[in-house]
Amino acid sequence: MLRKTRIALASLFFAGITLLFIGIGQDWWGWMAKIQFLPALLKVFSSALALNVAVVAGLILLTLIFGRIYCSVICPLGVMQDIISWLQRKIYKARTGKTRRYSHSRELKAVRYGVWVLFCAALIAGVQVIVALVAPYSAYGRIVRSMVSPSGWQVPVIAAVTFVAVAVLAWTGGRTWCNTICPVGTTLSFFSRFAMFRPVIDTEKCVKCRACERACKASCIDVDGGKIDYSRCVDCFDCIGSCKLSGLKYRFAWKSGAKSAETAEKGVDAGKRAFIAGAMIAGATTLKAQEMKLDGGLADILPKQKPERKNRLVPFGAKSEKDFYSKCTACQLCVSACPNNVLRPSTDLMHLMQPEMSYENGWCRPECTECSQVCPAGAITAITPEEKTAEHIGRAVVDLELCLANTEDVACGNCSRHCPAGAIKMVKNEKGKAVPAVMEELCMGCGACEFLCPVRPISAIHVDGLKSHIKE
Amino acid sequence: MKDISRRDFLKMTGAGAAAIGVTACENAAKSTLPPTVIDKTPGEMVLRSCGEDKVSLLGYGCMRWPMIKDDNGKDIIDQAAVNELVDYAMAHGVNYYDTSPVYLQGQSEEATAKALLRYPRDSWFLATKLSNFSNYTYENSVKMYKRSLEIFQTDHIDYYLLHSISGGDAFRQRYEDTGIMDFLLEEKKKGHIRKLGLSFHGHKEGFDELMELHEKYHWDFVQIQMNFVDWNHAAGRNTNASYLYEELDKREIPIVIMEPLLGGRLANLPGPVAERLKGKEPSKSIASWSFRFSGSHPRVLSILSGMTYMENLEDNVDTFTHFKPLEKDDYEFLDEMALMIRDYPLINCNMCQYCMPCPYGIDIPNIFKYYNDTINNGTFVQNAEQENYQKLRKRYLTGYNKAIETIRQADHCIACNQCSPHCPQSLRIPRELQRIDEYIEKLKQGKL
Repeated sequence: MLRKTRIALASLFFAGITLLFIGIGQDWWGWMAKIQFLPALLKVFSSALALNVAVVAGLILLTLIFGRIYCSVICPLGVMQDIISWLQRKIYKARTGKTRRYSHSRELKAVRYGVWVLFCAALIAGVQVIVALVAPYSAYGRIVRSMVSPSGWQVPVIAAVTFVAVAVLAWTGGRTWCNTICPVGTTLSFFSRFAMFRPVIDTEKCVKCRACERACKASCIDVDGGKIDYSRCVDCFDCIGSCKLSGLKYRFAWKSGAKSAETAEKGVDAGKRAFIAGAMIAGATTLKAQEMKLDGGLADILPKQKPERKNRLVPFGAKSEKDFYSKCTACQLCVSACPNNVLRPSTDLMHLMQPEMSYENGWCRPECTECSQVCPAGAITAITPEEKTAEHIGRAVVDLELCLANTEDVACGNCSRHCPAGAIKMVKNEKGKAVPAVMEELCMGCGACEFLCPVRPISAIHVDGLKSHIKE
Repeated sequence: MKDISRRDFLKMTGAGAAAIGVTACENAAKSTLPPTVIDKTPGEMVLRSCGEDKVSLLGYGCMRWPMIKDDNGKDIIDQAAVNELVDYAMAHGVNYYDTSPVYLQGQSEEATAKALLRYPRDSWFLATKLSNFSNYTYENSVKMYKRSLEIFQTDHIDYYLLHSISGGDAFRQRYEDTGIMDFLLEEKKKGHIRKLGLSFHGHKEGFDELMELHEKYHWDFVQIQMNFVDWNHAAGRNTNASYLYEELDKREIPIVIMEPLLGGRLANLPGPVAERLKGKEPSKSIASWSFRFSGSHPRVLSILSGMTYMENLEDNVDTFTHFKPLEKDDYEFLDEMALMIRDYPLINCNMCQYCMPCPYGIDIPNIFKYYNDTINNGTFVQNAEQENYQKLRKRYLTGYNKAIETIRQADHCIACNQCSPHCPQSLRIPRELQRIDEYIEKLKQGKL
């Protein structure tokens, strides 16, 4: 019963969060992303909103009462591993006719706490790449996004490497990832070892048949010692049903002895990965000069290239560049939510995988607040369209040397015509040509001008981010 | 309108009764005989005569051949499909093929030639044009003419057109002042051009000037835009087809019809109009009404249809092999339909692609097509009070993004207006694009 409930709940969460990353059902299961531990915790660090404190406190309380239920129900990466090891067991059984057996193993302390310390250091130092790399929820998000709609090559490659690593570990050893690498698992383990409810071996009934030990994906049951390592137990309840003698019970058992303490072997240092951001070379094609005007066909259009921005752009609803990047866990949810192709994963080393905002493929439309609704980490706070129009995230800058209205004999004004804030006026220059001028105080930084500028590949008007967003 | 319809009707029945007659189209002035032959053998293509030529009433407009992408993503004509279409057309008596050096990014002549050259030269009539729009010097024009002969591996063009002339000024500028008209007349004398004519788009005064020039040049045939809407309700600076037809008929000049379907728009009509047409002839296609309209006018030599798909061709062949002229009340009915159509805010784009390529990459014809299609099929979003507004809005916007690549949408139009002068329908293209852009923007912001 317990196991079935766990599977049912886990399936719900897993399906909901997966659909969320695919981009379906924000209204229905958007809350599932909001109760993910790490994003919520980061939110507490940065903006101690009551809601976020409540989420973190709730999750800790949940763990203190029931153990690491979080890891087997709420965490999508955890459920993904369960699915992989379940598949492995099925295949194993089909091939050999035998049931796959897990066995007890010792806690790999050096690796486990080493990774955790490294993670905390990265968090404090603001090295988001490391934080994002091992954060379970974000890692899962990248895997789904890379399958659904890959962007660039960096994130898909990282997602693939993560997936292979997690999958291999799940295939060979059940929950090894969660109990050696995952910083959330380790954090929750500090609480789960004091959990009020936990599976307990009834030493009276136990005949040491090891059925439970073999069923344990977390390898945390030590039948010989008569102990369970509650820091590693994820409350999957597989052991409960495995005991034919009802020698294992999930029950209230406060203070009934902690985990076994064994000396850990010296772990191998977590390997470091080097990322190389490739230089994008845009193929430059030019309009062919025609001998005569032929009818039909589409003119070749150069793809737009990212302009050099004085400051990075971060979405409406964020506070500042610094604040945004310190909170973001690179889960890609905003990227998947953005309907205007404005957000994409960064490729530069400092912000690898965290979203980058740019206007080559679209602009940040006034009626859209999608990313602000989905962000679970508080990097982008929820805003309404009205609040959006009262926020300034950047400022448009005109490069008259590129501007058609200035260089060619053509009246353009497309930027001015489309500016939703009315911040671009066409003014007569000394040559008598109407050229765009930006009213700085009115410009919101939405990028309509940049996206709709006919000059390619670099627009004649582009938006520089504001260090801190201005809210009216 | 009604009077003219009746008159036409009488004329038409007169021609039908005479059953046989010959137009001397080289020397139109001398003949007062009934102008055309209507071959009414059921199951066979209707033929009309122009001098010794027996021309199929259904002509093939080679401006809309099916396109595919080549390995480099370039649009090219689907030659295999063209061959198949031409095979079917030839087998069913279509013998008039109308092309131009500028059609389909300059690929039309070659593709048409490839398909036709598989048949004896005397089994098809070649109609092509001197499309010297951008460069009308003597040298360039002669080059263009010679290239057409070369492509079709022939020493003569059956029907040669001065392409899209709007009046006397345009004619003088492009043909007379450069001396190219003398060259063409010389070529005609030598038999390299069998019939010399022109295609016309423009206002009445321009047409009158060209008719005056008939005294001097004796146009062998004239190509005009004619259909049941343009008959008395021509849009923009275009002239009512009833006037053009009368003037040409008076001078006994054979008429070739272009845009009988307005680029397919008259086959895809607003729901209520389509229902009325279907109500009258449930088993006949909507398009067949337009072809019957044009074909019922006896001075018409051939009706050009740009049949992209086999289904279009089969349907038209059926219309012209079992040709049923319109009855008197049919004209009145069609005029009523024309008035109904005029009440819809449609954009009069016939997808001829003359405006393309837009130097800024805008997909002009497809933007107009999407807009028109949604009006016709009732998915155009009127206002926020409408039933299912949110659903319709989403459907409209998703459909727009699917139909037109983001960077080729109306919001990218900078209104440089390079397109408008090329438009035979005299659309103010940037204005229409901005109108659509504003509509889409309102729809996006939910402020409709």
